[in-house]
Amino acid sequence: MKWKIDREKCIKCGACVGVCPVMSLELKDEGIVNDLKKCIFCGVCEKVCPVGAIKVER
Amino acid sequence: MLKDRYDVVVVGGGPGGSSAARTLAEKGLDVLLLEKRPSIGSEKRCAEGLSIGSLKMIKEKMGKIPRKCIAQMVNGAIIYAPNGKEVLIDFGEDAGAIMERKIFDKWLAAQAAKAGAHVQAKTEVVDVIKKNDFVSGVIAKFEGEIYNIEAKVVVAADGVESTVARKAGLNTTNKLINIDSGFQYEMCNLKMRDPKKIELWFGNEVAPRGYVWIFPKGKDVANVGVGVAMTDKPAKYYLDKFIEDNPKIFSRASILEVNAGGIPVGGFLKNMVLNGLVVVGDAAHQVNPIHGGGMKEATIAGMIAGEVIAKSIKKGDVSQKSLSEYNKKWWDKRGKKLQKIQNLREVVEKLSDEDFNMLAETLTGDDLMEFSRGNRFFKLGKILMKKPNLISLARKLI
Ligand SMILES: Cc1cc2nc3c(=O)[nH]c(=O)nc-3n(C[C@H](O)[C@H](O)[C@H](O)COP(=O)(O)OP(=O)(O)OC[C@H]3O[C@@H](n4cnc5c(N)ncnc54)[C@H](O)[C@@H]3O)c2cc1C
Ligand code: SF4
Ligand code: SF4
Repeated sequence: MKWKIDREKCIKCGACVGVCPVMSLELKDEGIVNDLKKCIFCGVCEKVCPVGAIKVER
Repeated sequence: MLKDRYDVVVVGGGPGGSSAARTLAEKGLDVLLLEKRPSIGSEKRCAEGLSIGSLKMIKEKMGKIPRKCIAQMVNGAIIYAPNGKEVLIDFGEDAGAIMERKIFDKWLAAQAAKAGAHVQAKTEVVDVIKKNDFVSGVIAKFEGEIYNIEAKVVVAADGVESTVARKAGLNTTNKLINIDSGFQYEMCNLKMRDPKKIELWFGNEVAPRGYVWIFPKGKDVANVGVGVAMTDKPAKYYLDKFIEDNPKIFSRASILEVNAGGIPVGGFLKNMVLNGLVVVGDAAHQVNPIHGGGMKEATIAGMIAGEVIAKSIKKGDVSQKSLSEYNKKWWDKRGKKLQKIQNLREVVEKLSDEDFNMLAETLTGDDLMEFSRGNRFFKLGKILMKKPNLISLARKLI
C-alpha cells in the first residue's frame, strides 16, 4: 500500500486534512505531511483533493 | 509577547475566529486569537461573494466595513442551464459584494484586536491541553518555540481542517459526501457579459453535483471557479475544461492567483461543544449547502459562541452542559434553516441535465434567490411533481 503527494501540485488548501478519518494528515508550512503509521490508505483524501495531488494505492 | 494564561484562546483567524474574539473581548474577557498562517486572509480559499444582507449583518457585529475590503458591488446574476437557457436576476441596485478577503479578514481580526483581543499570526496550535476531562488550554508553536497556554475555554475556529476539535475528542471529520472540492483562478483580461453580475453554470457535464462561477471583482477581473463533489476527476479538470470550452470569455485571460479548498456543504453537528471547548464556522461544517457561502455563517456562529462562553465564564461553569446553550442557540437561529437547505441540495444533486433545463424554463430569478435562502421550496416541489420520475424527490420538499 502506498500514499504519495505531489508537492508541486498541492495548493495547501487543507481539504484533505478535514476528511481524513484517522487524522493522519497535517497541513504544515512546508505542505501536507502524512503520519503513515496512522494512515489506513482509504483514499478519501485523494478523492477530495481539488488538484489531484494525492495518489493512494491499495 | 504571549502570556501563559487567558480567559479564552481562539484558534483560527478567519471570520469565525475574529467574530468570536471580538464578542468575547467586548464582554471584557482576556482573549488570544491565534492564526497559523503568516498572513491573515491569504491565500484565500473563497470566491469572496457576500449578499447585501450578510454585509449588513457583519457590519452590525464587526463595525462599518471600510471600502477597501470590497472589490466591487454586484447587482444580480445570470444563471445558465445545461442547454444554455438562461435565467436573469436583475435587482437594478446593489445586491451583493465581491470582497477582497486578504484585506477583509485582516480588518475583521483588527476589529477583534480593537475590542481588546490579542491577535498573533504565524502561531500554530499543535495540540490541546486537557485536565480532568476539561479542555484547559492549547500548545502553540510561536517563533519556533513551544508555548503552553492555559484558557478557561478554547474556541476551535480552525476552518475545514478542523484538527483542534478532533484532538480534543470531538469528532468533526467531514464525510466525503458532504464536502465539495473547490478550485478557482483569479483572472484578468476576461470578457464578461456584465461585470456587475455574477454568472453561474449548472449541469452534470460542466460541474457534477455543483456549478461553475464567475464572481467579478472589476471590469475585467474575476474569481472563476468550480465546486464539484464525488467526482473521479479533480475539480481542476472541470475548470480547465470550462475555460477551454469558452474562448469568448477567456481567449485573452491571464491567471493572477490559484486557489483551492474543501467546502463543507452540510453534515451539521448536533453537538459542537465539550467541557471547555466550542467549535465554530467551517470547522463545524456551518456553510450554506446550496451556494457554499460560509463567511456569514462563521460570523454568526462566532457571535453566538462568544455570548454563550462569556455567560458561562461569568457563572464559573464551562462544562459541556453549560456551553451546550451554544448548540441550542445555533440550531434555532441557523441550523434548522440550513438543514432544510441541505435537503434541497440532496434533491438538486439528483437532477439530470434535462431536469435542470426544464427548471430553467419554469423558474424565475426571484424563485432561485428564495431557494438559496431556504424559502419557497413548495413551489419547486410542485414543479418537480409534474415529472413522474421526480415525484419521490419532490415529496421531500413539500
Ligand atoms: C473555493 C471556495 C469558494 C468559496 N466561496 C465563498 C463565497 O463566495 N462566499 C462565502 O461566504 N464563502 C465562501 N466559501 C466558504 C468560506 O471561505 C468559508 O466558509 C469561511 O472562510 C469560513 O470561515 P472560518 O472562520 O470558519 O474558517 P477560515 O476562514 O477557513 O479560517 C480558519 C483559519 O484557521 C487557521 N488555522 C487552521 N488550523 C490552525 C491551527 N492549528 N492553529 C492556528 N490557526 C489555524 C487557518 O489557517 C485559517 O486561516 C468558499 C470556500 C471555498 C473553498
Ligand atoms: S488515505 Fe485515508 S487514512 Fe490515509 S491520509 Fe488519506 S484519508 Fe487519511
Ligand atoms: S487537498 Fe490537495 S491541494 Fe489541498 S492540501 Fe490536500 S493535497 Fe494539497
